[in-house]
Amino acid sequence: MKDRYTDFKEDPRFKIANREALIGCGVAVINFIWWFGFAYGLGSKPVDTYTYIFGLPAWFFYSCIVGTVVIIGVVILMVKKGFKDIPLNHEGGDDL
Amino acid sequence: MNLPVIIPLLIFLLIIILIGLYAARFVKSTNTFLHEYFIGSRSLGGFILAMTMVATYGSGSSFLGGPGAAYSIGLAWVLLSMSQLVTGYFTLSILGKKFAIMSRKINAITLIDFLKERYRSKWVVILSAFSIVIFLFSAMAAQWVGGARLIESITGLSYTTAILIFSITLLLYVIFGGFRAVVITDAIQGVIMFVGTLVILIATIVAGGGISNIMAELVSENPNLITPYGADGSLTPLYISSFWILVGVGVVGLPQVAVRAMSYRDSKSLHKALIIGTVTVGIIMLGMHLTGVFGRAVLPGIEEADKVIPLLAMDVLPNWIAGILLAAPLAAIMSTVDSLLLVVSSSIVKDIYINYVKPDADEKRIRVLSGAVTTTVGVLVLFMAIDPPDLLIWLNLFAFGGLEAAFIWPIIMGLYWKKGNAYGALASIIIGVSSYILLYSVYTNPFGMHAVVIPVILSFLCYVSVSLLTQKVNAVEQKAIIQKLWSV
Repeated sequence: MKDRYTDFKEDPRFKIANREALIGCGVAVINFIWWFGFAYGLGSKPVDTYTYIFGLPAWFFYSCIVGTVVIIGVVILMVKKGFKDIPLNHEGGDDL
Repeated sequence: MNLPVIIPLLIFLLIIILIGLYAARFVKSTNTFLHEYFIGSRSLGGFILAMTMVATYGSGSSFLGGPGAAYSIGLAWVLLSMSQLVTGYFTLSILGKKFAIMSRKINAITLIDFLKERYRSKWVVILSAFSIVIFLFSAMAAQWVGGARLIESITGLSYTTAILIFSITLLLYVIFGGFRAVVITDAIQGVIMFVGTLVILIATIVAGGGISNIMAELVSENPNLITPYGADGSLTPLYISSFWILVGVGVVGLPQVAVRAMSYRDSKSLHKALIIGTVTVGIIMLGMHLTGVFGRAVLPGIEEADKVIPLLAMDVLPNWIAGILLAAPLAAIMSTVDSLLLVVSSSIVKDIYINYVKPDADEKRIRVLSGAVTTTVGVLVLFMAIDPPDLLIWLNLFAFGGLEAAFIWPIIMGLYWKKGNAYGALASIIIGVSSYILLYSVYTNPFGMHAVVIPVILSFLCYVSVSLLTQKVNAVEQKAIIQKLWSV
């Protein structure tokens, strides 16, 4: 997309930064769907029909316990595969 | 007086003061004082960055009010609290490298420094600085009261003595050590919070005779306690989901959180912090709130639910371990208050004094002034906290939601949308804050959601529409701004 502000050379690092911000939003969406889906998908039944895993109601176990583990896994994957090492200072030099 | 509980607490406070004095050596020897004092010379590594994010964000409520609500409401409140998992990675990946790179380009050391360069508007700066000082001052006083009450209830000292102990410790390390002292103590406080959570969770499960047993007891008391709808069945999915804005993604807009996203050393630190932060925040939030629910089976009938964690600790753990553990909520409160104090003082010194009162102030004057302002604000909060005025309590209700509604779009859109301009930012701040205060006072939960949701949507619409409508005004300056921030 060309707009009237880009008649200068844009910092190439911003392309990477923008992509990583989008990945972060993506993970948040996955997080929300997982959290919401299991909580209300399994938790809306009457309590006497609940199943239990390790003593906890299944909705809670999947939504909050497994959900936390899964999201931690996804974040590790996101950082290892999706995020790039780039210098943050001007031209990568002059550290403060 | 309960010595085995008091001694670990005193040792904890002493260690915190020593760290402050250690960090003070950096402040003394630096030749770029503001950089060191307010942002630790951008030297944060991944572990410290993660811990200071979690500790600043996780306040007393994660250990006292939150588990208290879980005790009364049941697993639904744990579900709600897990909307905070997102803060572990969202803030850092959204502000992420772009915020770090831009703040280096313009040498920003406060959130307002960034807003100042991005919008070049005196009104944006003044309005932002004003909201930060007012809201964070009241938030700080409320946390301060919490810290003193906690010391009071654990040690049996009088409230006044407790508040003096709390204040003197805090002021000593913040005034002399600045940002570096704050983040190192945050890291230690974060570790205490993390370990403390695991210890009390496990001890409570054991005391309750295992999870199955605890659940069975809760069901026999009130089956709703283990549903996602809360003890009286009144929490709707929409209401619980709306907390994703208040305590989840909206946290991006908090100045004390944003400033941390410009203080890390390099992109490796950021990557490491994303992982460590997510793990830490996940374990603390899950563990603490779950302990609150489990506590109901171990210690039924607690009247002041906020005290469930301290009471549990003293009940299920040997005394001296309880002493160490009770340092955790205190650590949570301190690590929040110290960051707020520094943000307020940086707003006064850097954003108002140096920007508009005396731009040519010399290094020595700034040093003296920074110390003096931090001290004055601290002492002022101390006096307010001894007997908090109603206005302060009222303002504190709006503090976090108000700041989120004010800053979330000027920050995010400022980073990612070149057309965003000063008029859009101003409209967004004014509408965000005022609609939040109005909605919250009048409806509390409009349309069954937390009151922060609608103001966040409104301030987004204002930001975009006003920016587009005023595109032609100041087009030349806008172009210069974009070129400065975006070009190589």
